[in-house]
Amino acid sequence: MAASTAKKEVRDNFCRGEIWGIVRQRVGSYNLMQSLQRIRPLVVNSSKCYSHAVKQMTVQEALNSALHEEMSADPNVFLMGEEVGQNQGLYKISIGLLKKYGPGRVLDTPITEAGFTGIGVGAAYHGLKPIVEFMTFNFSMQAIDHIINSAAKMNYMSAGQISVPIVFRGPNGAAAGGGAQHSHCFAAWYASCPGLKVLAPYSSEDARGLLKAAIRDPDPVVFLENGLLYEESFPVSEEVLDSNFFLPIGKAKIEREGKDVTITAFSRMVGYALKAAEILEKEGISAEVINLRSIRPLDRATINASVRKTRRLVTVEDGFPQHGVGSEICTSVIEESFHYLDAPVGRITGADVLVPYNAVLERMSLPQVEDIVRAAKRTCNGSVQMASTA
Amino acid sequence: MSLTTSTKFAQPLPLNTTSSRSKEHKLLFDPFRTNSFLGSTHKLRFNSLSKSNQTNLHRRSAIVAVSDVVKEKKSKPSTNLLITKEEGLELYEDMVLGRAFEDMCAQMYYRGKMFGFVHLYNGQEAVSTGFIKLLKQEDSVASTYRDHVHSLSKGVSARAVMSELFGKATGCCRGQGGSMHMFSKEHNVLGGFAFIGEGIPVATGAAFSSKYRREVLKEADCDHVTVAFFGDGTCNNGQFFECLNMAALWKLPIVFVVENNLWAIGMSHVRATSDPEIWKKGPAFGMPGVHVDGMDVLKVREVAKEAIGRARRGEGPTLVECETYRFRGHSLADPDELRDPAEKAHYAARDPITALKRYMIDNNLVTEQELKTIEKKIDEVVEDAVEFADESPHPPRSQLLENVFADPKGFGIGPDGRYRCEDPKFTQGTAHV
Repeated sequence: MAASTAKKEVRDNFCRGEIWGIVRQRVGSYNLMQSLQRIRPLVVNSSKCYSHAVKQMTVQEALNSALHEEMSADPNVFLMGEEVGQNQGLYKISIGLLKKYGPGRVLDTPITEAGFTGIGVGAAYHGLKPIVEFMTFNFSMQAIDHIINSAAKMNYMSAGQISVPIVFRGPNGAAAGGGAQHSHCFAAWYASCPGLKVLAPYSSEDARGLLKAAIRDPDPVVFLENGLLYEESFPVSEEVLDSNFFLPIGKAKIEREGKDVTITAFSRMVGYALKAAEILEKEGISAEVINLRSIRPLDRATINASVRKTRRLVTVEDGFPQHGVGSEICTSVIEESFHYLDAPVGRITGADVLVPYNAVLERMSLPQVEDIVRAAKRTCNGSVQMASTA
Repeated sequence: MSLTTSTKFAQPLPLNTTSSRSKEHKLLFDPFRTNSFLGSTHKLRFNSLSKSNQTNLHRRSAIVAVSDVVKEKKSKPSTNLLITKEEGLELYEDMVLGRAFEDMCAQMYYRGKMFGFVHLYNGQEAVSTGFIKLLKQEDSVASTYRDHVHSLSKGVSARAVMSELFGKATGCCRGQGGSMHMFSKEHNVLGGFAFIGEGIPVATGAAFSSKYRREVLKEADCDHVTVAFFGDGTCNNGQFFECLNMAALWKLPIVFVVENNLWAIGMSHVRATSDPEIWKKGPAFGMPGVHVDGMDVLKVREVAKEAIGRARRGEGPTLVECETYRFRGHSLADPDELRDPAEKAHYAARDPITALKRYMIDNNLVTEQELKTIEKKIDEVVEDAVEFADESPHPPRSQLLENVFADPKGFGIGPDGRYRCEDPKFTQGTAHV
């Protein structure tokens, strides 16, 4: 499992003393050390090794802890959205916040996405740091005017005078049985706009580190969570639980190393890709799984480096195929690493239909593990069959 | 020419009152006579009343029409003047600056120096001057695409605005914003938005931040007010109502100013709106709604004092509808064929600058010479602005990629190879992508 191999590396690195200054503010997960050789490690003469008892944490707990820590660290941070206060968040992400920080900082809004998103943006113009929660990102379509026009474009139009340190967060993408209007994935739409940063965490570590980074970032960040991941539990190290733990925006994570095919994914699909990689392992194909983490800015360097190593690419996402995230990744790889490719790039996406309600049809319209396995095998066999959409 | 001089505050009625407004007070503004809305021939007089503390009554304030004073100078002794000489000169200068600047914009546009969408404010100067000249530098203003004069009134220099319109690097937004996107952090001009209705939630957010600072961050002296300007077309937009609700709900220090010039490009207000009286929408949300003659800067100023005072004292928002008119088309590309020439002439005769001039001269506040000096000075300012803008350089090509993000490298690696979070100045992003 990817986590266990990574854990071993952490343990080795910690005990060797080549660790980041843990007593001071620190960024990054342990995997970064491999991909960022130009960072000078701060050698600490300590015999301290963190305990390796790894804690389990759900994504919901991770997000909640990140919110608590950031709100206590900076009084300018406040949360607003529907049901976030008294009801503790529809998905319980904001448990305990109203009680601890009061109604001045945790605002239950009326059902007025356009209005309250604009209010958040206006408050951000004056230096406050709002976190605007959408009950689902589908509702952000009523507020997209403000996300794009008054938040994303502001720093540019005002030539740097007014920056917008706001975070828009909420569940995005497929929700079991949600139907067409509740299951739309907005990663591609938001990521196409310059001026926005778009993040899509997968594990609890991603959720914690990226949300903390997003809140501290001086630019507008669209933080795409996933409703089906909230209750999933992941192992987290002590380092992740540290209140100064941040993940950098714009860097992808290699969840699993491999040498035959690169599979990129984000959010829920990372889990599927990892399962597919295990199945492929048994069949002799070593897949490298990249967790994108950041859709804008896209970590083209990591993706291209990986493809140059493995020479094959499959992108996975559960959004719609046309103009999706996968299209951008494939094009980037074709433009920059064409001569390294041994097979055509492959995209696995949701079907080119709206997400149906019926459970069987819904399953057919979203990518499944076997689709990823099939696509990976196809690129490895060099076959040029047309990809069926899901 | 006689004018409507209707002004009133309409407060929401508490539920347990049994008195009806219409019985106790003569209805100053009869909603059933739509003619009066567009500029009636009725002349209404007011008696000054002491302010009532009850919230369920009409309040009439002692606002006297500028032209009425002029006309009845002989028959009645003039009432107390509303402005001092200094204030009068300040108002006059601001309005003349707005007018001269906009006229110069038109000239420059037709000579090809300015391009894109340019929307001029001629005729509406009384609203901008009447409100903005009562604000402090820390107060914020949010506007729409018709924002040149709001920026000028708020204090952005004519040079900066003209350069921005020419697209030069010395503009207030380095040429990246343009006519419709005037921003100034220093003067708290929050734009400049192309979408109508977009500025209203943003202004409400700015007002929210003022309240947040006072109550959560405990900066007790933070009483900054925000004024949001928008038009009659915007008043049918959903965001407007959402913000009226939330501003009243949370008692935010904001004034919503409707510049009702009766036309949204070519769509007449009465054709687009089920109930054309916009001031009435305020009480529906629990805030006072006021209608004022927007061609008269003194009346606007009186209403503005009250509304801004309310906001500063923490009593919540106000909706002010200013009946005004734009002398030019919607934009410089608008042929303006739909508006009736008689209507245009009617309002041209109520030019706010001429009205203020007559008021000040007839009340012996100033001499003609002093006003001429101001006009000459403004002409020079505008000429200088054009010269400055002409001579300013275009932005360098490297500016294309700048300012997309405040912190372009993200919360990541700084230019010296170390993680940004370890740098104490990490939130000051670079300008280069």
